[in-house]
Amino acid sequence: MPEGILCNKTPVDTVEQLQALLADKSGKQYYEEMKLLDVDTPALWATIQKSLKSRLRTWLEICARCGMCADSCFFYLANDRDPTQVPSYKIQSTLGDMVRRKGKVDNAFMHYAMDTAWSRCTCCNRCGMYCPFGIDMGVMFSYLRGLLFSQGFVPWELKIGSGMHRIYRAQMDVTTDDWVETCGWMCEEYEEDWPGLEFPVDKPNADIIYTVNAREVKHYPEDLAEAAILFHLAGENWTVPSEGWEETSLAMFAGDWVGCKKQVESVYAAMERLKPKRMVVTECGHAYRATVIEGPYWAGLKTGQTPVESFHYVEWVAEALRTGKLKIDPAKRIKEPVTYQDSCNYIRNAGLRECAREIMSYIAEDFREMRPCGEHNFCCGGGGGLNGIGRYREQRNVGLKVKRDQILATGAKLVVSPCHNCWDAIRDLEEIYHIGIRWSFLKPLLLKMVIVPEHLRPEE
Amino acid sequence: MYEFVTGPLAWIAFSVFFFGLIWRFVWYIRGLNWQLDRVSYGHHTGYGVKGAARSIVSWLIPYGTHSWRFYSGFTLLVFVFHIGIIITPIFLLGHNLLLEERWGFRLPALPDPVADTLTVAMMIAALFIMLRRIALPEVRILTTFYDIALLLIVVTPFFTGFLAYHQIGDYSFWLIAHILSGEIMLIAVPLTKLSHALLFFLSRAQIGMDYGIKRGGMKSQGLPW
Repeated sequence: MPEGILCNKTPVDTVEQLQALLADKSGKQYYEEMKLLDVDTPALWATIQKSLKSRLRTWLEICARCGMCADSCFFYLANDRDPTQVPSYKIQSTLGDMVRRKGKVDNAFMHYAMDTAWSRCTCCNRCGMYCPFGIDMGVMFSYLRGLLFSQGFVPWELKIGSGMHRIYRAQMDVTTDDWVETCGWMCEEYEEDWPGLEFPVDKPNADIIYTVNAREVKHYPEDLAEAAILFHLAGENWTVPSEGWEETSLAMFAGDWVGCKKQVESVYAAMERLKPKRMVVTECGHAYRATVIEGPYWAGLKTGQTPVESFHYVEWVAEALRTGKLKIDPAKRIKEPVTYQDSCNYIRNAGLRECAREIMSYIAEDFREMRPCGEHNFCCGGGGGLNGIGRYREQRNVGLKVKRDQILATGAKLVVSPCHNCWDAIRDLEEIYHIGIRWSFLKPLLLKMVIVPEHLRPEE
Repeated sequence: MYEFVTGPLAWIAFSVFFFGLIWRFVWYIRGLNWQLDRVSYGHHTGYGVKGAARSIVSWLIPYGTHSWRFYSGFTLLVFVFHIGIIITPIFLLGHNLLLEERWGFRLPALPDPVADTLTVAMMIAALFIMLRRIALPEVRILTTFYDIALLLIVVTPFFTGFLAYHQIGDYSFWLIAHILSGEIMLIAVPLTKLSHALLFFLSRAQIGMDYGIKRGGMKSQGLPW
């Protein structure tokens, strides 16, 4: 059975494999090879028989074909109500057919399934809220991604992404040294303005172990500094681990469940090693979903809980504002209309809606909800890995229209977006549609309006 | 013929119905897997039960969820259709007289005009559900012959029963057609996706536990369905 040099069924586990993939610009050769990639149908069927249990089989079987999921899907709405974008159709024509054919599918089918699984679904799970039977097509697409990954039908960027996790335990090639150096560098950079600022690495028994998104280390190190300053101002006893600091999981977007397990185990090992009281993760939606919500199951933790209690950044901010650890200068609150992008991964799929509202009540004078909002909010348009896949840029851009119109309807020009994926999608939608908005994480906004206690101010 | 459809065939139909549903129940529960489903069913039981209950109850109440309210017209059809299917045969006077004669007990009976109204309303709802399938592109694309066949299987006992009761046409023909089609329906319930009669509750309980235990139930009031 022909397998490509770059596009094949073998996951990326070595630096050499990774570099070969990276050298293939935009995955040109990779996708050419994919056109010839054989489907190992016996293996596919064996995997399905082993892992497709009563929950998913029931979902596929009892779907009433009523179409009540149609309007729940932002792709359906953004594509002028194209019937082929109805979630039920998308999953039945991919996973459904694959199961009905007992895995006997060809290369063209796998291409169709891949394109559908990654460019027509962001696994936002909104459809599951609108189905009378509770059929969650986001969950099924995630499962389908796993099957596709095992057969080598995965977008180029995500094959690379999952390889990064397997090799570096991070979504980017950031080594332990790079990470620890960046922490030190950020501390030096800012300690003059913030006397006593620390960036403690591997401090045992801290109250908080802080974990991040590798992008922050590689591209936005000031985000790390802002987090450190806010912890400093709040008087927190915190630390970061030298290893196991990365919470994100492109492996989850790729459907690489082995990679997912390796990644979260590195974080859990840091918890076990440093014995913090709790863990706080940066402003990233899927990182929280991967490490806190899904991760315990990948790692085989039967309670479904992380080794220490884990919190999203919005939970920590809400608590800090509530308890007065951070105090907002009333004169500096946001005066202009401002809206909030509810991330699917920590709002719909983790129940943190009220934390977001609580924060906004402290920092904004004219907070405007999107409609719908909270658990019912639409995906930003770039979730589930879609933002990062070049092959599907156009489909992503069309999908952004729903978020664009939601934001426009609020009248707000500032969008608070404590999620890397949402932040990117909103940035891109401004670049494409020019609606004149700004977007921000919480940290820079908080730093502008927080009251600095007397003893922490720099000497004049 | 009458002896056959009310005798051995009735036994077969009811056996398939009850044992089939028991088998479905056991198969579903046994197939749940905490690690593959990524829901720790055996832990945090209170949150699981609460999530399951909210998930079922919200969806049993007409207009009780965002989705029911969003599709308000279709929701009306769905509830009229299902209430007709469940209430009418169980509380029909004729059925209960039969029950008393054969088994020595009966349930309270609906007044005939109410049973008639429920039956006619159910059939009208079924007609509109069928028309909707054909008319709306987003539903048409999902529709297969199987969906239409199942709708016919469900409507036929009501249609034939209505004709038989009102003695429209050949009574004995419609009566046997009614019994036979009712038995076909009973057999179809566990063997087809009509099994949602049971699986609705199991599937809703499962997703409710998923949200209750894992996806936010411990950190919020629960998902606002």
